[in-house]
Amino acid sequence: MSGDVEMRAYASGLPAPEFDSTAWQVPPALADATVAIVTTAAIHTAHDSGFTGTDTGFRVIPTGARDLMLGHWSPNFDRAGFALDPNVVFPVDRLSELAARGELGRVAPRHLAFAGNQEDTVSRVRLDSGPAAAELLRGDGVDIALLTPV
Amino acid sequence: MCVLAHVLEANGIATVALVSVLAVAEKMRPPRALYCEFPLGRPLGVPGDADYQHAVLRRAFALLDAPSGPVLETYPDLIETDDTQPIACDLPPRFDPNLPAAVDEATALLPAYERSRAKRGTSVGRTTDGQGIPHAVGALVRIATGTPWTEAGLPGDPISVAHDVRTFYEEAAIELASAPAHAGGAEAWFYEQTECGRTLLAARRAMKDAGAPFAFWLYMARATRQ
Repeated sequence: MSGDVEMRAYASGLPAPEFDSTAWQVPPALADATVAIVTTAAIHTAHDSGFTGTDTGFRVIPTGARDLMLGHWSPNFDRAGFALDPNVVFPVDRLSELAARGELGRVAPRHLAFAGNQEDTVSRVRLDSGPAAAELLRGDGVDIALLTPV
Repeated sequence: MCVLAHVLEANGIATVALVSVLAVAEKMRPPRALYCEFPLGRPLGVPGDADYQHAVLRRAFALLDAPSGPVLETYPDLIETDDTQPIACDLPPRFDPNLPAAVDEATALLPAYERSRAKRGTSVGRTTDGQGIPHAVGALVRIATGTPWTEAGLPGDPISVAHDVRTFYEEAAIELASAPAHAGGAEAWFYEQTECGRTLLAARRAMKDAGAPFAFWLYMARATRQ
């Protein structure tokens, strides 16, 4: 059994925050939409501060940034894929290519990274940093967020 | 991540989430989710394969066509991690017999790491840079051979040091390997074939036996590694 199988089984048994309902936005057609990446891989640029072990905030990643570091605290996933090609976690080049082909409208100027290893209640993300992230994205004219884990 | 999907959607941003644990997505019901049974750490599936990554993205964005939600679909491909098969990557010969084997090894891998860093960047740097890795490995050797972890000269907390050391090795291995690393392959090489990987696991066991804080020793290596 691979470590991934065991980790998925373990994660499946953990308590998860519950939501009474699921919000639903109707964005513009993808070909007209502005798309940002929001990752929980704790990626940050080399000159930005890394994530602490209990970090509930987010880091901003400009579209053109390529000095990306994988700052997630968990050792329980493959890191070589990101080292080979950051797009396998943070597909900013792929979005740019889809935009160049007209399949999506525009790549947002900035993207966001959170750390996926969060406290059980995730209350700060729900009440503070999450809404702040949405405000930043709305300010950049973002219609759609693509969420990626590690 | 499913929490973020809920929060962003409730605050005016439509979301599409690539999810890696199906049961969590089923419990949390984010607005739009595509479950991809890919190796953890590779949510777009295949590094360096733009066509494959485009296909995953198109499938995910197609969820935006759903008239209502939540919607949860499964990507038809499955890519497995093979963390039993190390990548093919030669290790340097012993050079300085006066150094612990793991420190000698890390020192010899420094040029390969630097070449990798120049080409691809690096995720080493939480506690030290590449040049400092042999010193960090020396601290792990001391812990493994009986020095209390608080007195071993670690350049930071044990989890972050372990991150830097493993990342240094895996980035060096990518530079030296004859083929791109399959998922789990670089990890298997590090833990099973390198002096440093074995030393890190030994240091972790020593910390556990000495009563170090649970999180400090547990998160020094993948939970399934002993």
